Amino acid sequence: MEGFKTLLYKECLRFWKVGFQTVLSPVLNAVLYLLIFGHVLEDHVQPFPGVNYTAFLVPGLVMMTVLQNAFANSSSSLIQSKITGNIVFVLLPPISYREFYSAYVLAAVLRGSLCGIGVLLAALPFAHLPFAEPLWIVAFALVGGAFLASLGVIAGIWADKFDQLAAFQNFLIMPLTMLSGVFYSIHSLPGFWQGVSHFNPFFFMIDGFRYGFFGVSDVSPWASLGVVTVCFVVLAVLTLQMLARGYKLRA
Amino acid sequence: MSPAIRIAGVTKRFRSLQALAGVDLEVAQGEFFGLLGPNGAGKTTLISSLAGLARPDSGTLEVMGHDVVRDYRAARLALGVVPQELVFDPFFNVREMLRIQSGYFGIRNNDDWIDEILHHLDLTEKASSNMRMLSGGMKRRALVAQALVHRPPVIVLDEPTAGVDVELRHGLWQFIRKLNQDGHTIVLTTHYLEEAESLCGRIAMLKAGRIVALDTTANLLQRFASHTLQLRLAKPVVVSPELEGRVLSRDGLQWTLGFDNFDEVGHLLAGLKSAGAEIVDMALGKPDLEQVFVGVMNQN
Repeated sequence: MEGFKTLLYKECLRFWKVGFQTVLSPVLNAVLYLLIFGHVLEDHVQPFPGVNYTAFLVPGLVMMTVLQNAFANSSSSLIQSKITGNIVFVLLPPISYREFYSAYVLAAVLRGSLCGIGVLLAALPFAHLPFAEPLWIVAFALVGGAFLASLGVIAGIWADKFDQLAAFQNFLIMPLTMLSGVFYSIHSLPGFWQGVSHFNPFFFMIDGFRYGFFGVSDVSPWASLGVVTVCFVVLAVLTLQMLARGYKLRA
Repeated sequence: MSPAIRIAGVTKRFRSLQALAGVDLEVAQGEFFGLLGPNGAGKTTLISSLAGLARPDSGTLEVMGHDVVRDYRAARLALGVVPQELVFDPFFNVREMLRIQSGYFGIRNNDDWIDEILHHLDLTEKASSNMRMLSGGMKRRALVAQALVHRPPVIVLDEPTAGVDVELRHGLWQFIRKLNQDGHTIVLTTHYLEEAESLCGRIAMLKAGRIVALDTTANLLQRFASHTLQLRLAKPVVVSPELEGRVLSRDGLQWTLGFDNFDEVGHLLAGLKSAGAEIVDMALGKPDLEQVFVGVMNQN
């Protein structure tokens, strides 16, 4: 247990030591999105009755920040350790693969949450957020963050160079988050694309998270939580199997 | 008392390369043991298998009686490994790194021991320095410190003096010798054969994934090495077949002849004189591990 706690602490200390890059920068990015999109679309779009566009946008940006940073933390930490070779210091001690997984995922969820809270605090002056169902906010942030953190562990272990990790991030994570309803309600899409959106697990994360703020969503939050939880469990099992086999870590 | 290390029937293949081809080896507790071999002989693969960084295709490995797969926690607690590469985490300073490494091994509040290691390795003043700021030799010593934070009874050093200057190398060996005297088992791989000769009580030589020699250093020297007579001649000569058989190496006019006892020197010189050789320079050499190494590798 001490090994797990130390690895978790090390992973948190790692991102905290470069906080400008890992926390403040994503918060600034999200706030810029909020200011620009909010300013341009505020008077033109009303996604839900009684909810203006800027308020609608905030939970989406918060969740997008949580997800992207949870992924970035585990994936970048692992690939850096692999490429520089210092992963050996985590592989030599008596740390089980479950402890290894839990520490990386939890640290990533913590960084994602910290960034998300930063975006939320920065956005509060710009929008009225009722926080209708706060437990849903917490539940989706945690499960969604853990899903992306697991995906980050897989990407970090699979990628042999930074270029491959960037491809994973830019061709998979980024499109799935941007096309998940962060900036729009899927009811504004044509029927075909509404259907396609239902195959994107990120849509359920954003939609459920947003429900926690407004008590309104495109899909029932229970259904969304079910989808996200199943996706997370499948990914967690897959990641644990990779770690148990020592895939690309233990020759 | 279980051996410090027991390796039985270990094989490992990387695609077409047979890295380990059935290695059997036991290292007793308290030994200073050398693992030698040319590049690609399988030394690092064997160490990696022992440390759980590689998974052998067959065979078993134990550290202090603990199987490295079934009982990996106890086995890893008993083992400290200094890796061959100069690797470090650029986010942390030396003390942070050692505290973190202690925590990985389940040890909290380890600062007293960390201070002692830093003192012995002459790193006390660098405790607050980021690893990136250390010289190569200091990084190497920091790696040694990292392997010792959990006070492992068995310490494996994979080419620990590569790229380290002479003074630091001596300091490092003094410390490692002290650890061995305190009861730690030391397993060393190195390309500096004179180091292995002076430090290791017993030596195994690996070639193409197999152990091709395993004995005490003294026995190996006795079996495979001889005294040498190194000569520089003024001009080329043809010597008798008997004398020709004593020539260990020949590089132009620079000859090296082997002999087992000093009574033979006069006979060798007489043979050379009768062949018309004119000796410009001459030196005697003691048997050394390099001869053993070359001899064993050529035999196999």
